[in-house]
Amino acid sequence: MKTIVEVKNLVKKFPIGDGFFTALKGVNLIFTEGEFTGLVGPSGSGKTTLLNIIGTLDVPTDGDVIVLSKSVGNLSPKEAAQLRKEELGFIFQNYNLLPVYTVFENVEFPLLLLKMSAGERKQRVLETLEWVGLTDKVKSRPSQLSGGECQRVAIARAMVKRPRLVLADEPTANLDAANSHHILQTMEKLNRELKTTFIFATHDEKVIGYLHRIIRLADGKVVEDSSPLNSPKGDLKSESSQGTITNNNDLDSSPSGRLGGAL
Amino acid sequence: MIQFLFKGLMRDKSRSLIPIIVVALGVIITVFLQSLLSGVIGDSIESTANFTTGHVKVMTRSYSENSSQLPNDLALLGVDTLKESLQKQFPEMTWAERIQFGGLLDAPDSSGHTRSQGNVSGMGIRLLNSTEEISRMNLGPTLVSGKFPSNPGEMLLSDELCRKMKLKPGDKVTLISSGMYGDMAMYNFTVSGTLHFGITMLDRGLMIADIEDVRSALYMENASGEILGFFTNARYDNKLAKEAAKSFNAQYVNSQDKFAPVMLPLSEMNDMGFLVAYSENVQGIIVTIFIIAMAIVLWNAGLLGGLRRYGEFGLRLAIGESKHEVYLTIVAESLLIGIVGSVIGVIVGLLISWYMQTVGWDISSMMKDSNFLMPSVMRAHISSTTYYIGFVPGIFSTVIGAMLAGIGIYKRQTANLFKELEG
Ligand SMILES: Nc1ncnc2c1ncn2[C@@H]1O[C@H](COP(=O)(O)OP(=O)(O)OP(=O)(O)O)[C@@H](O)[C@H]1O
Ligand SMILES: [Mg+2]
Repeated sequence: MKTIVEVKNLVKKFPIGDGFFTALKGVNLIFTEGEFTGLVGPSGSGKTTLLNIIGTLDVPTDGDVIVLSKSVGNLSPKEAAQLRKEELGFIFQNYNLLPVYTVFENVEFPLLLLKMSAGERKQRVLETLEWVGLTDKVKSRPSQLSGGECQRVAIARAMVKRPRLVLADEPTANLDAANSHHILQTMEKLNRELKTTFIFATHDEKVIGYLHRIIRLADGKVVEDSSPLNSPKGDLKSESSQGTITNNNDLDSSPSGRLGGAL
Repeated sequence: MIQFLFKGLMRDKSRSLIPIIVVALGVIITVFLQSLLSGVIGDSIESTANFTTGHVKVMTRSYSENSSQLPNDLALLGVDTLKESLQKQFPEMTWAERIQFGGLLDAPDSSGHTRSQGNVSGMGIRLLNSTEEISRMNLGPTLVSGKFPSNPGEMLLSDELCRKMKLKPGDKVTLISSGMYGDMAMYNFTVSGTLHFGITMLDRGLMIADIEDVRSALYMENASGEILGFFTNARYDNKLAKEAAKSFNAQYVNSQDKFAPVMLPLSEMNDMGFLVAYSENVQGIIVTIFIIAMAIVLWNAGLLGGLRRYGEFGLRLAIGESKHEVYLTIVAESLLIGIVGSVIGVIVGLLISWYMQTVGWDISSMMKDSNFLMPSVMRAHISSTTYYIGFVPGIFSTVIGAMLAGIGIYKRQTANLFKELEG
């Protein structure tokens, strides 16, 4: 399998007062394409910090992170933005939807940056909203949606450009159990069928149950890296076998390609 | 992308409406103040020009050096030819001879003895067979009783002095003054009308007579203390006035004659330089004040608005914009707001200015007995500047305000921008 992210001896220090706080103390990790992996650990263990550095939203103090063959420490702000624009998707705990825009527009936003034509954008957005089962909320505003629906919009927004890597920081923290399972199943399915790599930061047991690989952090260090033998939650399998997500644009035309309705 | 941001701007009223209102208000005040100040200052300049200085004034050199003493012994001679050549050299101007003089008025009783006396400061202007000077000096509204002179020997007198001297229109008086050659001069006038200006200096003892009568009275045949020049149908323009004076004076630059004519622009007479300089700089002063004031307001509004938007900025950074791009869009948005606000502000400001130009504001009751030559109706004056001046603070202040507010993006770590929205 191809390496998508390589973390080498990563150290991250934050200035506090006169000194430093070391949030990551020499982390070494390799992520391969198609992983469904979680960074797990208590609050303050450095999960978000690591995720932000992988996502080029922050820079290493020492060591390096290679994302899609690019060393994040050496990227200019512009190159980093380019990498995020083309290859990365983000999902946040607080959804971070733009309140003045509709569901459609929120999901469309990343495609505007990619300078896609209007027709192509529309097709992509609708297709992606179908994956997350929100085709009936196209014109709604975020304030009119439930938390679970908001997070599904956020997933659609992260997925709409078909990124190779999705970084999700506590995506279920604000959701109840049912909604958490719902969005996890959605993401798991996207991972399986589009081969998109997912890296989570979480301490939610529900999320951990879905992970294919669990990386435990404590105090800025990796303390455990395991791949549980138990396969992902079974209840999705039967449903998802009804249809497949294809990674091309003719999804609309094939009724069997519908995933959204199944979820 | 621009369309997308525009949509957001339209929908988020706190981002568009409030700044637009701030900008529009600032622009309205800017436009109005500019037109009002240029109107009021311009009107003061015009009053002074019409009454005493002209836009330019021609005198002899000696007269100009002692003009406060009204030295008619130093008056211009051969005024006919001089006026003709002035008309030829400056066809865009009109010319008016005037004589200023001082004297004593003597009112006789029926037996010819002195009944009362009073000091007058007199002006000889063209009064007969022409209303040009009457309307130029706006004498119409100041006439309290009687009528304007229609025959030689008639004159206008300050109403206050008339009352003091117990005179009324139709009464005869004798002017006692000194003639051009230093000898005593006496001349009989009939009061035809009385004037009230509301300006202490004038009401104390102004007398206005036809210039030919004054010439006869003071033995000033074809002479005149001053020739006033006015730009026809135009307000005072300091640059043009200075140019005219320069080209006129160049003809006499080598002359040693102290009676050679000299032309002065208004800005070099009667301490008018300050007012002229002020009127020339007033736009700059207003604009600077408003750019600074509005930029501070909009900067703070931008900071508040921006704070609410750090989540959006963070998201946009995550989606793949650089800080630089986000910053540019903030500035672009502010530019749009600045333009919209300025257009609204200029339109409304022009309407208010237009009202103040046509209707004006009568302040005569508020300034009884002032010491200045001030128009009694405050009027705005819309010039070409009025149309664009509002855009300067309107657009500059929004863009500067947004640029200052937007710096916050650079100050924050990208990862921290998301935290702003949490909790
Ligand atoms: N910008 C910063 N400045 C200073 N300290 C920071 C900064 N960001 C994170 N830290 C510190 O680094 C440590 C790791 O933070 P991080 O956010 O990565 O933890 P986490 O594992 O994501 O925790 P949580 O589960 O609460 O989200 C914490 O102790 C935090 O206080
Ligand atoms: Mg965290």
